[in-house]
Amino acid sequence: MEKQITSHIDELITNHQHKPGALLPLLHEIQESLGYIPSETVPAIAKGLNLSRAEVYGVISYYQHFRTTPPARNVIRLCRAEACQARGSETLAAHAEEAVVGRDLTLEAVYCLGLCASGPAMQIDETHLHARLSPEKFDALIAGLEVNS
Amino acid sequence: MSVTLYLPGDANALALGADEVAKAIVNQATQRDLDIRLVRNGSRGLFWLEPLLEVETPEGRIAYGPVEVADVPELFNAGLVEAGDHPLCLGLTDEIPYLARQQRVSMSRVGVVDPLSLDDYLTHGGGEGLKRARSMTPAEIVKEVTDSGLRGRGGAAFPTGIKWNTVLNTPADQKYIVCNADEGDSGTFADRLLMEGDPFALFEGMAIAGLGVGASKGYLYVRSEYPHAAALLQQALTVASDWLDGFEIEVRKAAGSYVCGEETALLESIEGRRGIVRNKPPLPAIDGLFGKPTVINNVISLISVPDILAKGADFYHAYGVGRSRGTLPFQLAGNLKYGGMVEVPFGLTLRELLYEFGGGSDSGRPIRAVQVGGPLGAYMPESQFDTPLCYEAFTEVGAVLGHGGIVAFDDSVDMVNQAHYAMRFCAEESCGKCTPCRIGSTRGMEVIERIRGGDSNQIELLRSLCDTMLDGSMCAMGGMTPYPVLSALNHFPEDFQ
Repeated sequence: MEKQITSHIDELITNHQHKPGALLPLLHEIQESLGYIPSETVPAIAKGLNLSRAEVYGVISYYQHFRTTPPARNVIRLCRAEACQARGSETLAAHAEEAVVGRDLTLEAVYCLGLCASGPAMQIDETHLHARLSPEKFDALIAGLEVNS
Repeated sequence: MSVTLYLPGDANALALGADEVAKAIVNQATQRDLDIRLVRNGSRGLFWLEPLLEVETPEGRIAYGPVEVADVPELFNAGLVEAGDHPLCLGLTDEIPYLARQQRVSMSRVGVVDPLSLDDYLTHGGGEGLKRARSMTPAEIVKEVTDSGLRGRGGAAFPTGIKWNTVLNTPADQKYIVCNADEGDSGTFADRLLMEGDPFALFEGMAIAGLGVGASKGYLYVRSEYPHAAALLQQALTVASDWLDGFEIEVRKAAGSYVCGEETALLESIEGRRGIVRNKPPLPAIDGLFGKPTVINNVISLISVPDILAKGADFYHAYGVGRSRGTLPFQLAGNLKYGGMVEVPFGLTLRELLYEFGGGSDSGRPIRAVQVGGPLGAYMPESQFDTPLCYEAFTEVGAVLGHGGIVAFDDSVDMVNQAHYAMRFCAEESCGKCTPCRIGSTRGMEVIERIRGGDSNQIELLRSLCDTMLDGSMCAMGGMTPYPVLSALNHFPEDFQ
């Protein structure tokens, strides 16, 4: 890992280590700043929080939100839960899986964004939300991501 | 003179383009040299009308919706700032029938106030409960909550006052209040609307709980799928810290594990571990977060508390039927024409919600099945639509009210798929601690796949597996996954043949 990243991680560890139950907030901050949690950071996290490496790894792998490899340029989370199913999310998901092929996009399933009366719904990069999606609307949105990049 | 406009900034309105509409409004006002104040309020929960724009007038707020960017110039041409007439005009917001027919208690300020203005909160009745609680003894506070009949709104419906009383009577140097805002059930969004629309009420409820049981610190555990709610809570906390006067609240972000909505798994998660369910006993009320006595309550439960303290237990107890007291914010979701938030006292029927509020299916086809209470709730057929909405009546028909989420499906639904999905969801989300849930869910998927392949002899095996999961699982994850599966099988047997 680059020296700059290592010292950034160390700084985050120092900021959090006094906190009771610091591991999740720390992992969130690392992922927010790097986009993922590099496995090379695990020993430093374990040492800083006085945990075993197995405990840290166990937590990272348990929670769906955390990833250990860099995501594509944009992360699309498409809701696949019941309320969106009732509004056609499965047809949309099949379309989306094909539509993202060859693009710099990570497509993930999410189980509920709390937009259950306006499905199918999705989230882009944890910042943008879209509801009442159709395959056409989906295509237009991912085309927009290309233009903006 | 400045005119106040309201446009929701909640996640649902944003998903329907509210930010773009807000920009267009500001642009138009600037071009026309009009003095406006645009408040980004919470959503009133009438989602087919979002983004819902409101204009403050001496007679009350006038609503327009659903507003798209292209409508904005026309709205201004029609004299928006004087609440001029326009095809999108819905009249006085309070007189929209969907809202007028509700009795909003816990949701009373959502969509009305500026969620980040403490002054606005205090002038709309906020703060009174905390003020009164400060003049009472802890035992009096707990008694008030017990007498109100409030039961946990997260789904399990355990009497809130009894939980608090256990924490009050367990001596410790440190106690905690934990708010469970891990609203993971599909078809539910009441917690989200409350957090994004009335955050100070939640803080007030937590602070009152702290006074009631002797806790000075609270954790607010919010799911990571709600980044907007988490950010707003964080902002609201900086505004409210002085007012909370010594009660400290920390927002903790979850990380995408459904089972962390189970209270002991949630505690594990805050402590920095995998969300594995704990054995009970010990109860969290005695040995909870970091080994200390802990109150864990859902968002709606805690938000109901300030009103109970301000207006007295009788005020709250007067709503509802039988042992289901108060109101419940029902969430109409899935394939409904008018999906949204409907807060009413217990006692209405499911049919009234689905048709009189929900307007029937959005697709125009007949509603065939309705899942109430999230992914672990039963699918109900039309013959059960007249069941009154209260905890007892639902238990009687083998269903659960849970957190009040109602997901409607039209007649294109394949109930074998839904049963299979329930098992798959359990397999994906199981924490893995107990065998019936960890293994049973995977075997359940396989058995349903064989039934789908035409082997109806496997139905008996599926029932037997469900029995094992019902009786042998440690928590509701494995213990209630059979609810959707068996209800699909019992009420829609034709799909399984």
